[in-house]
Amino acid sequence: MSLTLDQVRKVATLARLELPEADLVRMQSQLSAILDYVAQLDELNTDGVEPLAHPLPLQNVFRPDVPVPSLSPDEALQNAPKREKGSDYFSVPAVFDTDEPVSH
Amino acid sequence: MIESTATELLALQAAGKASAAEIADAFLAAYRDREPKLKSFVSLDEAAVRAQAAAVDAKRKAGQPLGKLAGVPVAVKDVLCTKGVATTCSSKVLVNFVPPYDAHVVERLRAEDAVLFGKTNMDEFAMGSSTENSAFQVTRNPWDTARIPGGSSGGAAACVAGCQAPLSLGTDTGGSIRQPAALCGIVGIKPTYGRVSRYGLIAFASSLDQVGPFAHDVTDSALLLEAISGHDRRDSTCVNEPVPDYRKALNEPVKGLKIGVPREFFDKGLDGEVESAVRDALKEYQKQGAMLVDVSLPHSKYALAAYYIVAPAEASSNLARFDGMHYGHRTKEKTDLIGTYAKSRGEAFGKEVQRRIMIGTYVLSSGYADKYYHKALKVRRLVKKDYDDALAQCDVVMGPTTPTAAFRAGEKSDDPLAMYLSDVYTVSCNLAGIPGLSVPCGFTKTGLPIGLQLLGRPFDEEKLLRIARMYEAATDWHTRRPKV
Repeated sequence: MSLTLDQVRKVATLARLELPEADLVRMQSQLSAILDYVAQLDELNTDGVEPLAHPLPLQNVFRPDVPVPSLSPDEALQNAPKREKGSDYFSVPAVFDTDEPVSH
Repeated sequence: MIESTATELLALQAAGKASAAEIADAFLAAYRDREPKLKSFVSLDEAAVRAQAAAVDAKRKAGQPLGKLAGVPVAVKDVLCTKGVATTCSSKVLVNFVPPYDAHVVERLRAEDAVLFGKTNMDEFAMGSSTENSAFQVTRNPWDTARIPGGSSGGAAACVAGCQAPLSLGTDTGGSIRQPAALCGIVGIKPTYGRVSRYGLIAFASSLDQVGPFAHDVTDSALLLEAISGHDRRDSTCVNEPVPDYRKALNEPVKGLKIGVPREFFDKGLDGEVESAVRDALKEYQKQGAMLVDVSLPHSKYALAAYYIVAPAEASSNLARFDGMHYGHRTKEKTDLIGTYAKSRGEAFGKEVQRRIMIGTYVLSSGYADKYYHKALKVRRLVKKDYDDALAQCDVVMGPTTPTAAFRAGEKSDDPLAMYLSDVYTVSCNLAGIPGLSVPCGFTKTGLPIGLQLLGRPFDEEKLLRIARMYEAATDWHTRRPKV
């Protein structure tokens, strides 16, 4: 199953990966080869087979609802690419364009 | 000293013949001497190693109780968080990441008085089978430095095989402990899914990942596995099952041992020298009274395809967290929020990681999830059922760990699919969640190690180790050390 370059571009957008055009072209053939390989699963009849997402027969693991210490703000922020000066906030690019009205 | 096992190093200290400081110095010297050739480590703080060793010696002198790894250097794959010590996953994304906490297994090592001995190189985010996908360096196989050590835990395997450390921890999502153990001529274990906590392990594929030991022999592997196993409520998939004393009955052979030999593991693609070494190992078991049972894993031919859907799908979701907001690489270019995500990720992730994120995103995307992802989960059920059926007829399934011995650096790096095929015998174990172990079973004519893979029932590590020890006790492959 071969992917078109447009499909590769769309997947890169979904994956939040900005890639140079040459990489997208290389990926087109590499991803197509991998998808061709995994397509052999189509040979198998899996009607009525329950999907297995997880190897353990575990469901709803609970712990006691007891507060435990968590990271201090300084520890949580120690790896921040950018910290808001003098505060306990991560600094990130604006989420909304400030010229447009913000709707909730 | 550096060729000693951890068990021997513990005995030397107990007898007063060596201190933890002397042991640390010997391995630091080996590290310095061999690192330019092997490139096993991403980072190692010599002063921190010496300080830990001195603390163990002080504890011993004061007559305080000591842990079961007291004074033994243990290297740790750089995917496991170490408090205050950079943890990079061999990625440009995390090059400056300093975790504010220890992984559960690292806490366990400290609690047992181990000397944490550096962070080892790996394929970026544990994606690869040769350690060539590290963003920093290519680790070399100590038996032949023109060849790769396997991956993704290549540095962890090479440092033990190359006598830079007696023990190390790796992680195994599709073979990343067993495959490099086989290619480097040492013992490696992927425990049952849920046996060891994944807390503080930077996730690749959460339903497949497990932490496990590398060691020169089965006894040392049992020791390290025992130290890291056990319940941790911070990983909800870590099962609350008692941890046996794995070394207690290690030298007792399993009576009436039945070994399942799956015909699918001896199919085309298997190198002749590897096959004959594995067949010889099976004969050795027969000599000891074991019975060989012909078993079939009819869906194993589909396991690799299912794996290369499930693992990238989980990876694409897990790696979505690396968006340059809270930690990790953020682009210097000025753009909007989405642009910052996309540029940061495009700039810092390596090619293989990007490929897997793309595959994972595609197989989970609207219109394709049923065709790929859900189909693969159904095949995963069939793969697991194959093992349930096979292991109902025998105590252990055996075969080769890898289809060939170590390949040359660069040989497969441009062909992702050829690289994936080196995991053909190891991935099904992770899909099924069962424990797997690789033990040295010989060398090729050119002197490259070969591994025998043992696969057992869930939480049956104790028996798996005993079975591996039966073979090891009758052979001397595990006593050989490469000339580096």
